Amino acid sequence: MMLSVENLSVRFATDGGTVHAVDDVSFELAAGEILAIVGESGSGKSVTAQTVLGLTRAPNTTITGAVRFDGQDLTQLNDRQLRDIRGERIAMIFQDPMTSLNPVYRVGAQIAEMIRAHRDVSKGEARDRAVELLASVGIPNPERRVRSYPHEFSGGMRQRVMIAMALALDPDVLIADEPTTALDVTVQAQILRLLEKLNAERGLAVVMITHDLGVVAEVADRVAVMYAGQIVEDATLESLFYDPKHPYTWGLLGSLARLDQPRPVRLAQIAGQPPSLIAPPSGCRFAPRCPHAFEKCAEPPPLHDGDRCWLDLEQKRRLRDVDGRIGLRRAVAT
Amino acid sequence: MARFIVRRTLGMIAVLFAISVIVFLIFNVIPNSDPAARIAGKNANPALIARVTTDLGLDQPLPVQYLTMMKQIFTGELTSYASSQNVVEQIWKGLPATFSLCVGAAVLWMTLAVVFGYLSAVHAGKFTDRALTVLSLVGISMPVFWLAAILLYYLSFKAQLFPTSSYVPLTKDPANWAYHLILPWITLAVLFVGFYSRVLRSNMLDVMNEDYVRTARAKGLGERQIRIKHVLRNSMIPVITLFGLDFGAVVGGGAILTETVFNLNGVGLYAGQAIGSLDLPPLIGVTMFGAFFIVLFNTIVDVLYAFLDPRIRLGTAAPA
Repeated sequence: MMLSVENLSVRFATDGGTVHAVDDVSFELAAGEILAIVGESGSGKSVTAQTVLGLTRAPNTTITGAVRFDGQDLTQLNDRQLRDIRGERIAMIFQDPMTSLNPVYRVGAQIAEMIRAHRDVSKGEARDRAVELLASVGIPNPERRVRSYPHEFSGGMRQRVMIAMALALDPDVLIADEPTTALDVTVQAQILRLLEKLNAERGLAVVMITHDLGVVAEVADRVAVMYAGQIVEDATLESLFYDPKHPYTWGLLGSLARLDQPRPVRLAQIAGQPPSLIAPPSGCRFAPRCPHAFEKCAEPPPLHDGDRCWLDLEQKRRLRDVDGRIGLRRAVAT
Repeated sequence: MARFIVRRTLGMIAVLFAISVIVFLIFNVIPNSDPAARIAGKNANPALIARVTTDLGLDQPLPVQYLTMMKQIFTGELTSYASSQNVVEQIWKGLPATFSLCVGAAVLWMTLAVVFGYLSAVHAGKFTDRALTVLSLVGISMPVFWLAAILLYYLSFKAQLFPTSSYVPLTKDPANWAYHLILPWITLAVLFVGFYSRVLRSNMLDVMNEDYVRTARAKGLGERQIRIKHVLRNSMIPVITLFGLDFGAVVGGGAILTETVFNLNGVGLYAGQAIGSLDLPPLIGVTMFGAFFIVLFNTIVDVLYAFLDPRIRLGTAAPA
């Protein structure tokens, strides 16, 4: 295993109470694999990703569990040790390429800065490397563009710059936190192509954080679905789309707009709101919104065979069928 | 760049014109400001006052008086009503003291403000931050004339640590120049240190939450490098703007209280005396001199801004 997250929990102490942002999350990433972590806003997917690199560390944060990478537990490393991992072994790109680059420095300088933080090379060498990197992610005129400022690039080009920077030290793992969310659809597709290419050519393992099942379907090998700070389902791409186990996943799949089906009067949605992470439900966190909840759901279900639900599999296969396709019923037929 | 300079120069002319007109009008509407009556003395008879009035040209219509005065400013012939001294020469004479005071104080206040603001932001909420917060509030709240008097009394008069007053030219004796200016520098800098360090602290706390700072951390940069290269650098932009305005203002006679208490023969002291004797020519001269510096430093800051923040380009509107 390249990277393995074990029983990771992240809590933030706030004035309103303790926020259980991530609760008992475990997943593994194999070398060369693309793992997608899917969930809606506030499900804890970004916090999970950032915690891997220690980016959520703060006086008000409590982190338990382990992040195993290369024989070390990253949660136990001090900042100095963590810096050798950040960028060098595990690189990260973020949602909004507009704000993720410092507006006052040329992009070449920002890439060179990263190289020089880890390698003993001259400014000139680092700059030459920056040009190569920009070329490798498909930025035209890299010789000239290396001297441009972030605001002189379009959103998609800026995300390419971020990717080029992330690749600078040839890391083993790339964590991409909603890398295409802020981009136009056509540009989205280009960025996903690029990530797939890097995955195939360099064997780069990718953790892709997204809320977009379309993105998942395009690139992922395996998918972890997060809800209210927990992983509720962990499956291969095929299994997730054709044999989803968790009712929340059914709800997500059922709410997709599909072009290959007659147009529904209105798009399906999951009734209710995600729970507060300050006082989450004591049993199954999805139970309050789940039309299939029963007595047992008052107890928290464990993640078993990549599924955090008390219903049995045969029952599930029956229940998830809504008018011939997968979905979550609006109300329980009693 | 050329267009920018032309535009700024035209702007400066407009500002100076407006300010001179306003000062001139204010002087003419405030009571008891008739210079002829003052110059003629306490026991003057009406004939004497009338003669002085004619001599000073005060019987002319206001626009004519104004134009005459402007002409005198630009030909360097403007003389004081009260002392018959040449105004432009007097301002010129005051420049070394004023510049020495302002440049020294500015170096002091920027250095301390950056150090204090940085420490405050880095230790936000902790003891260092609280202590510096109290300190800067004290600094902002202390009236300059009071602080100056206290420093003079305790450090110069009682403890004899510093000379009591006056200005020693830099060219004559650099060591004594600095020695004589230490207390005035501190006095003038205190207010700005307090204010600027607060501004810098809050800017830095904002910038620390920026996505690009998280990126810098994810790149594996050291915390100190992140704070200085990414946080401090970006937080300085608004502080530089403030600095341009304030520095222009103190050079242009804003250090009036400090110069007066420490008896530094600078432009501010001259302005203070002119106000005391309601003497229009030096007042107009000093005000225009001050306005000139404020506009000048504003322009310099705008140019500097384009270097500090590449998103800003001179001559075009900033992108939304």
